[in-house]
Amino acid sequence: MDIVYDGSMDKRTFKDVLGQTIQQLSGQDPDVVYLDADLMSCIGTCQWSAENPTRGINCGISEANMIGVACGLAATGYKPIVHTFGPFASRRVFDQVFLSAGYAGNDITVIGTDPGVCATFNGGTHMPFEDVALYRTIPTATIVDITDVPMLVSVLRQYKDMPGVKYLRVGRKNSAQVFADGTETPVGPAIPLREGADACIFASGIMVHEALQAAKLLEADGVDAAVVNVFTIKPLDAETVKRYAAKCKNVVVTENHNRIGGLYSAVCEALARENIAKIDVVAVNDEYGEVGPQDYLQQRFGLTAAHIRETVLQLVRPDAR
Amino acid sequence: MPLNQAKQQELERFALEIRIGILEQLKARGFGHVGGSLSVADALAVLYKTQMRVDPKNPGWPERDKLVCSKGHAGPAVYATLALLGYFPYEMLKTLNQPGTCLPSHCDRNKTPGIDMTTGSLGQGTSLACGMALGERMRGRDTRVFLIVGDGEANEGQVWEACMFAAAKQLSNLVLLLDVNGKQLDGCTKDVLDTLDLGAKIRAFGFDTVEIDGNDVCALYDALERTRQGGDKPFAVVMNTVKGKGVPDVENARSNHSMTVPADQWAVWQSALIGRLG
Repeated sequence: MDIVYDGSMDKRTFKDVLGQTIQQLSGQDPDVVYLDADLMSCIGTCQWSAENPTRGINCGISEANMIGVACGLAATGYKPIVHTFGPFASRRVFDQVFLSAGYAGNDITVIGTDPGVCATFNGGTHMPFEDVALYRTIPTATIVDITDVPMLVSVLRQYKDMPGVKYLRVGRKNSAQVFADGTETPVGPAIPLREGADACIFASGIMVHEALQAAKLLEADGVDAAVVNVFTIKPLDAETVKRYAAKCKNVVVTENHNRIGGLYSAVCEALARENIAKIDVVAVNDEYGEVGPQDYLQQRFGLTAAHIRETVLQLVRPDAR
Repeated sequence: MPLNQAKQQELERFALEIRIGILEQLKARGFGHVGGSLSVADALAVLYKTQMRVDPKNPGWPERDKLVCSKGHAGPAVYATLALLGYFPYEMLKTLNQPGTCLPSHCDRNKTPGIDMTTGSLGQGTSLACGMALGERMRGRDTRVFLIVGDGEANEGQVWEACMFAAAKQLSNLVLLLDVNGKQLDGCTKDVLDTLDLGAKIRAFGFDTVEIDGNDVCALYDALERTRQGGDKPFAVVMNTVKGKGVPDVENARSNHSMTVPADQWAVWQSALIGRLG
């Protein structure tokens, strides 16, 4: 896998790429149908949908109905891709996704944009730190926390033809590019980004960039930290998680999500019976979100490279202070 | 053309057989959603005998008309109808809610031949039916989607989201049958959460709407025939029904959403209906 990470930010925004990819998939596959709940303008699909009203369906501000309509379309053989903001794509429609999609066997892709602190100026009401936790409880659901543009494109391409409930969380702004353009990131396997002997950082989404920065800081501390991108939170690649945990003995999990129910929980569940590593977490400490710029929010909720470094150091050198 | 007398008698007889089939299921377990199953028996009889293009030997036929029973607890009524039409053996009705059954309380498309959509969490079937109707239209099929919604179910906000969607997207291949039986689990709908004038509401939401006696096969037939005329609006048939219709003890019971009674009582009620078959 071609890693091009140098810490710099991609000039492309997720929202532009998301909108363009949906349109491309729709052009390539006549069964792809895109539904939105009055947030088309947020991912640049408004005009295209107006021109292609049977391919881009605006359901208005009625997320519950949108999920049901998508499931009805799935029952007619279509491959619906549903978009709204993360809080509405998860907690607002949980019963609809659980029953009309999951239980009823209607295969849909749900995209929740602006997960966690990415909700910035929409504030605490719009800041889902629980979306992954909710989706994890849906039997056989697939959950991906997107890291960069190439991964977004790759996962969307895969999602449209996969069975079941597929949830994708991604911001709308730009992020640090990790993978070379055109890289395929198969849903499932975790992706080691950096090898290390002393500790392993499991990260997803925007925290991959922070984890890689933390590993660099730790280098100066004389700590050799591995970084693994566990972008597929469900089904978790437990084998890779166990392998790195056994090798490094110290594990820090970091996610833009509540520490309850998300990647940290999934990793703990995978390692619970293994007794092979010490585990700690850099995630939201069971709090509600609040308003502000993303850099402020990452500080506020402890989601930075510095926090990861601190946590790793405490694991590796518990007696140092 | 209105129903001739022979056809009317055939439909009434089929509705009676559906009611007998409902009791056949509930008798085996001793309890179940009797009231709301009996109230829609006549509608199901008219739908499956005069409106729906279906093939019991080929339940997955894409060109078939679809039924979404959004009040999923009326499963026993739909199961009785499907069994009588030959989707599965009548004997299977005895397995309602037994471990491993294909006939759970609430409709499940993955378990029962002929069930077109899974329902049970009230309100959700309305959106599913809208998606199906839209999908059928996008596929270029001349199929219709029939959607049964309860009046108690109309408490759910999702019902009205879906109604807005159906009208906005001009889903004229969607027929909503609203079962206004006047009762929900905790009592009369007007006491629990008054839905006021449902016909006026649905009309205001943009449906071509007729209001009829929903336990009268002739009225049902006339209303449903009208829905064939096309146009650019979805259709609504507001069916004023009696919860527990056909079994006087159930009709008169104060609480008849779900009833638990001894097997011999179910048998007495069933025998009375069988007696009316002649």
